[in-house]
Parts: sequence; C-alpha cells; structure tokens
Amino acid sequence: MKEFLGFVKKEFIHIFRDSRTLVVLFGLPVAQILIFGFVIQNEIQDVRIAIHDKSKDPVTFDITNKLLSSGFFRLEKYLTSEKETETIFKTGRVREVIVFDDDFAETLKREGTAGIQLLADASDPNSARMIVSYTQAIIATYLKELNRDHQLPLIIEPRVRMMYNADLKSAFMFVPGTMALVLTLVSAMMTCITIVREKETGTMEALLVSPLRPVQIIAGKVTPYILLSCINAVVILILGYFIFQLPIRGSLLLLFGETILFISLALSLGIMISTMSKTQVVAMFFSAFVLLLPTLLLSGFIFPIENMPKVLQWLCYAMPPKYFITILRSVMLKGTGIAEVWRETLVLTGMLVFFISVSAVRFKVRLQ
Amino acid sequence: MNQRKTIISVNNLVKKFGGFVANDNLTFDVHEGEIFGFLGANGAGKTTAIRILCGLSYPTSGKILVSGFDVYTQREEIKRNIGYMSQKFSLYEDLNIRENIRFYGGIYGMSSSAIRRKTDELIEELDLSDIAGTLIRDIPLGWRQKVAFSVAVFHEPKIVFLDEPTGGVDPLTRRQFWEHIYRAAARGITVFITTHYMDEAEYCERVSIMAEGRIEALDSPENLKNNYGVKTMDEVFLKIARK
Amino acid sequence: MVSININGVDKSYGQVKAVQQASFEVPGNCLFGLIGPDGAGKTTLFRMITTLLIPDQGNISVFGFDTVRDYRKIRLFTGYMPGRFSLYPDLTVGENISFYATIFGTTVKKNYHLIKPVYSLLEPFRDRLASNLSGGMKQKLALCCALIHNPKLLVLDEPTTGVDAVSRKEFWETLHQLKDSGMTILVSTPYMDEAARCDRIALMQAGRIMDQDTPGEILSKFRVPLFEIRANDRLGTLEILRSIPEIKRAYLFGQYIHIATDSERHGAEWLKTQLSNRGIANVKITPVVADFEDCFIDAVENYTTHRT
Repeated sequence: MKEFLGFVKKEFIHIFRDSRTLVVLFGLPVAQILIFGFVIQNEIQDVRIAIHDKSKDPVTFDITNKLLSSGFFRLEKYLTSEKETETIFKTGRVREVIVFDDDFAETLKREGTAGIQLLADASDPNSARMIVSYTQAIIATYLKELNRDHQLPLIIEPRVRMMYNADLKSAFMFVPGTMALVLTLVSAMMTCITIVREKETGTMEALLVSPLRPVQIIAGKVTPYILLSCINAVVILILGYFIFQLPIRGSLLLLFGETILFISLALSLGIMISTMSKTQVVAMFFSAFVLLLPTLLLSGFIFPIENMPKVLQWLCYAMPPKYFITILRSVMLKGTGIAEVWRETLVLTGMLVFFISVSAVRFKVRLQ
Repeated sequence: MNQRKTIISVNNLVKKFGGFVANDNLTFDVHEGEIFGFLGANGAGKTTAIRILCGLSYPTSGKILVSGFDVYTQREEIKRNIGYMSQKFSLYEDLNIRENIRFYGGIYGMSSSAIRRKTDELIEELDLSDIAGTLIRDIPLGWRQKVAFSVAVFHEPKIVFLDEPTGGVDPLTRRQFWEHIYRAAARGITVFITTHYMDEAEYCERVSIMAEGRIEALDSPENLKNNYGVKTMDEVFLKIARK
Repeated sequence: MVSININGVDKSYGQVKAVQQASFEVPGNCLFGLIGPDGAGKTTLFRMITTLLIPDQGNISVFGFDTVRDYRKIRLFTGYMPGRFSLYPDLTVGENISFYATIFGTTVKKNYHLIKPVYSLLEPFRDRLASNLSGGMKQKLALCCALIHNPKLLVLDEPTTGVDAVSRKEFWETLHQLKDSGMTILVSTPYMDEAARCDRIALMQAGRIMDQDTPGEILSKFRVPLFEIRANDRLGTLEILRSIPEIKRAYLFGQYIHIATDSERHGAEWLKTQLSNRGIANVKITPVVADFEDCFIDAVENYTTHRT
C-alpha cells in the first residue's frame, strides 16, 4: 500500500510540475466547453425567413411585425402556397418558414387557441434549434401582452417541424460531446503518454526490475488520472449547468456511475495503446487517430450518425464515445433511468472488459 | 612549427548565461593542419565554446576569428568553412551510406557531378563498396562513425569539429578512425576534437584542458606530462580537473 | 561461491543475433567487468541477467535462482542501473531517491548508511531537478537509486559512458567500497582502460564472449612484442611497415607508430634491420607494454581465427 501511495505521489508531481500537462488537464475542458458553447451557438442575426400567411388578419400582421422588428429575422418572401415552402428550402434562401393557420385571429378569439407552424432547415441543427426558439420566444412575448386584457389565457400552439433532421439530434449535444472528448483526452491520451514516457526515459526498465507487479505499476500510473478525470467531469457539468442552462433531469448518481465507467474504459484504451507504442510521438499519433478523431467525427458529436453512409455508421457503433454520449443525453436531457440505457451501459462494460484483458495480456513483466 | 598559420584565434572569449559564467576569458590559438584536443570535465564549458566557434551561438564578449571570419558578423562564411560531427547526431539512420553522403554534398552546394564522383571515391576509400546501399541503422557503430567523419570533411572544410566522435566504438575501428583523422590533418584540415578517452589526448598535437569555464593548461601532451611530472595524460587530467 | 552462472545463452532480435553462446561465471563478492564496444550485446546480456529478457536458449542463474522461473525472487535483491540513467528528469534529487525507496518498500532513512558515501556529494543539490544535473551527478544519483534497497547484486550498464575522467575515477572508487561491503557488482563498459579496475573481466564483441579472466591474466596472455617508433613522415612510414608480412599491426599513436610483430623471434633488433633495409634509419625503437586495447584486439583476432 505504501508503495502504491508513493507511486501516486510521484505521478502527481509529474502532473503538477509540467505546465503543459496542467493546461491540457484543466484549461482544455473549460476552453472546449466555452468554444463549443459560444462558437457553435453563434448569435442569431438577420436570419432570412419566409412567411406563409393563410389568414392575413390583424393578429398575424402583428406577429409578423414583431418578428421582423426584432432584428433577428429578415423577410425574404411572402409565400402563397404549400408547394412554395418546399422549393424555397431547397434553394437554401431561407432558414425558416412560418405558416399561420387559416382564420388565425378568428380561431384564437373563438377557441382561445390558434395554430402556427414553424418549419426550420435543420441540416445545421444547432442554429435551427436556435432560430426556432427565438421565434417561439417572440411569439410568447406577444401572447403575454395580449393576455393582459383577457381573463382566459390565449394560446398559440407552434407546431415545430425540423426539416432534414427531424429529431434535432445535436441540441445540447456539445456538452455531452465535450465531456466524452475531454475524458477521452485526459484519461486515455494522458495515461498512454505518461506510460510511454517511462519507456522513453528508461525508467520503465528500473520499475520492471523492482518487485512491483505490473498491476501495481499500472494502478499507480492510472489512479491520479481517474481522480483528475472525475474533477473534469464535474467541472464540465457545472459549466454546462450554469453557463448554458443545460438541464440535468436524471439521477446524478447514475450520471456519475456511467461517467466512471467511461473513464475506466478510456483508461484501459490508453493502457492498451501504451503497450503498442515505444515513443511518445507514436503514442500521440495513435491516440489522435484511434481516440481523438473518432470521438470528434464518429460519435455523433458533430455529425449526426443518421446522415452517414452505412459503412461509417457501422464504424460508429464500434466507438465507445457514441454510447457514452447517448447515455449522457438520455440521462441529462430526458431524465431517463438505467432501465432505458442498460443496453448502452452493457456495451461499454463489454468494451471495458475487452480492453482490460488485451492490456493485461500485452503488458509484460519483461521487456519486449 | 611556430611559423604555422593561425586558423582559429580566440581572444578573451566570455560567455555568460545569466549569472553563470560558462566560458571565463578563454584565449587560445589553433594552428592550420593541427590536431587540437579540447578536453575538460562534464560541465567545464567545452560544448558552449564549440557552439560559439561553429557559429551556432554568440559569445557575450571577446574577439574570435574562425578561419579568418568573425563569429559575430560572418557566421554563414564560418559554416561554409567548417565540418562538424558529434557522437549523437551525424547521419540519417533511414538513409543508406550513399544517400547520406550525397545529401551532405548537396547541402554544401556541390554540383551533382562532383557529388557523384566524390561519393564513389569516398566509398572506395572507406572500403564500403559492398554495403554502400545499406541503411545506416543496420551497420555497426564504428563504421557509422567512419562514414560520419568522411561526410564531415566531404566538402574539404578548413576546420572540422569532432565532439566525442569515438565514444563506444570498438578499439580496432577506433584506431582506423584515428588514421582517417591523421590523413585529414595531413591534407591540411585542422581537427578540433573533444574526447573522454585520455589515451586519445595523446594522439593530439596540442591539448587544452578546461575546468570551471577556464583553460587551465594548453600544451603538447609530452610537455604537459613533463610539467606535471606524471606518465599519462589521464594523470594530468586528474590533477587539473580535480583542483 | 558462484553468484551468477551463465550457461550457453543465445538471444536474437529477428535476424540480429545479439548474444551468441555466452557462458561464464561470476564469483560471489566480485567486481566483474563486461568489456566491449557498443553493439557487442552487453545490454542484452544484462537484461537477461536482471530478468527483463528471456534467453532464446541456455539459462542463467543468479544466486541459485533461475532468471525465468524465479524472476520475482531475483528482483528483490537486484539493483539495476540501466544504460540511460533511469531517473525522472522532472523530479528533484531527493524525490527520485524517495520514490525508488518506496517502490522497494523501504525508506531513505532506513538505508541511508548504504548510500551515504555517494549521496553526501549530492545532498547540497537535494532540491535540484534531475534534468539540471551534470553527467557525473546523474550517474551518482542513479547509483543511489539502484542501491537504496540494499541489493546483494548490483548490475550497472555502462555507468561511465559519456562521463568525464574525474567522475569516472571517483565512480570506480565507490564501486570498490561497495564491493568491500559484500556486494557482487556486475558492470559493463566500452572503455578498455577500465578493465584494470575490475577483479575479473569478460571481453565481448559481436554477441560473443571472447575471453574471461582476471585483468592481470588477460594482460599476461598478450605475448606478441610491441614497439613504438617515432617517425617524421608518419603516414609514409606506416605504409612501409604494413607491407612487411611479419608485422601484424601498425597504427598511429600520436607522434608515434605502434608496431606489433607476429612472434618473439621478431624483436627490436629484427625490426631495426627491416626498417633500415627499407631506408628508414636512425629510428629509436622502444618496447611498450600492451594495454587492454591491444589485448582486446588480439582477443578478437584469436577468437575469429580459432573459429574459422
């Protein structure tokens, strides 16, 4: 036990004495969250829209005016038929089409509720989501003013339709995605590099000759990174929660459990890569190609998996981050429990067992 | 002997790193065609001085001429007139012998026909025709160092700097290596060499011994041994460096 | 008592035969030197002795334990200092030692007496990072780290490479002190002159052990006469000397030429006649004593001729 603690202490010295490691460990998560948060969710301004007003009454005019005077939207065209909607999207001239139902004001007055259709081009899902929520907000404000004079609240029901990406899969995606990315980086890449560094400096030779068992060496190297990864996960959640109002609807306990599962998986991957690389450069390359790029490109983090060619989709199913992101999204955004994510959890557990076994077989008590 | 031309002239060379004085007022001359041993303990300031002489770093003060060129203002000219070889970096491991030689010829702007002719000559001279196409990483260290030396003098520089060129090389190859050095010196190339082998100090015409940034002794091995009343250069070195 | 027994050991990396048919014994409480140039196979052999590599053939026992079967036991009492000093550059001197102490389940305090002679030199630099130490200091620190668990066997892979003559001398003095305290020490070096400082030596080249004995015996085995002459035209004289068949070797040695003839019959007088026959007169011929380098070259030659 004393040996183990001594080892962990040494690892922490390595980490805290290297400013570059510190930046990667703590600067990166914050930077990532902020970059993905603010850059991807760029401001809405002068978004071109089209309006199909089937009613043409004072209320619809009012709403149209409010929308156009907000500064967010610019009217590209008044549409006159349903058919036009499809073609105008195809040309890419507008990002959103607003359709007022027939007899809008009349229905609102008579039944207290009226329908409005919001169609958005969701091929860029993040901005589509944003455009729609801005539109909804403006309509809601208008409704509030209207309701001041009514005893019974009036309701306008926006029916949102996302064109080309119906489920709007990337909404709030960046926080779970960043979490997967950062945990992969910190846990897998850093672990892998620190192990390989010992090979490079020749200290691994001295460690192997010592009475330490390989398991002790690995555990000693990995423990600090588990701790740091957990801290990172918490930081990311806090940032997401306070800066981007990301809801955490599900059980925190489940969330942490799944996070630790993923961290362990990433670590075991890191160890496996370390057994295959002799130099830090090789380890870096390996990590970048095996961990980083797939996490970015093939996890559904940036590009929706549904839109990929079949072959790539299969590849996506082999990517641990994909499952982790799915779990995070379900638990955080939808508030689901283990009952709904047990399949993904099982897949991750399976992968964990696989990578640990491979690493154990490959990590020798001797030099190769 | 005293009439020989001076090729490296160092006057009051000082190099400081912050408060640390790496070279403390060095003054010495190296003659043309001489084999000059530059000795000293680890950290005595040898590497710092060599870097300055090769035009890789500026001195803090002092007047230094290498092959007649000023180390402050004529570094490009210096680099064209020197060759350099160290134990650590010399050849590209994933190129073969012939490719390495050609590459260095190219660096020094030799014409391609001259490179081709000299490459063949050199391979012949080193007796490496059979393995000219072998990658450097697959040939023994001793041969590698011989090739590296030949490459360093390939463009017929006026001076060649050798930084621990024979570390770890087997004795027979080391002797052959020294023969190449003697031959180069006989052609008029000045050889400036550092080594940890004290017997190699005996191979030099004159030897300087540095300690703590200063040159403590400079003379021929024979005179040094007589002056200090000892039999080997090893003992001379111990007496000076241990002070 | 025999501490290490190496028995017909082979080790290859792919096509490269790193060690071939190596056999020798290291007596207990002995300072044993493995002498050979880079690439001779010294590191591979040491890695097999320290249980880091498994021989392709043959076996090695260390204090009676087999390096393959009982590797854990051997690791408990072996101190190993790999060729590149295995230090953590970003840890201080003190931290490096403490770390190695903890992984061997001991403390610096407990074994301070073991490392004291070396460590006392390093103590002023306790808080300096290992990366900022000079070569000689790194070597001392690495030795402390290898000693901290009071090993019975100390294996040092080229501890003096790249270290200046002063530090090297001090280092050998330390090794002798350690040996006197009862340790068995195995050390490899490419510096032939260091052979004199060992109790026993083995000469290694191209994966093979060519000879092994006490340094004195090795020197006395060298029987060919060796002379030194001073010549003005060294390169020209060298050519002439090499054309004489009875001269085994002639090479430049500073201002001198060293000459080895093929037998006792061809001594100084014979050499003098040969030289004057070829127009080299008035040279002073002095007999010289062979050094380990001469012996090594001779051993390589003998070994090759005996095998072919």
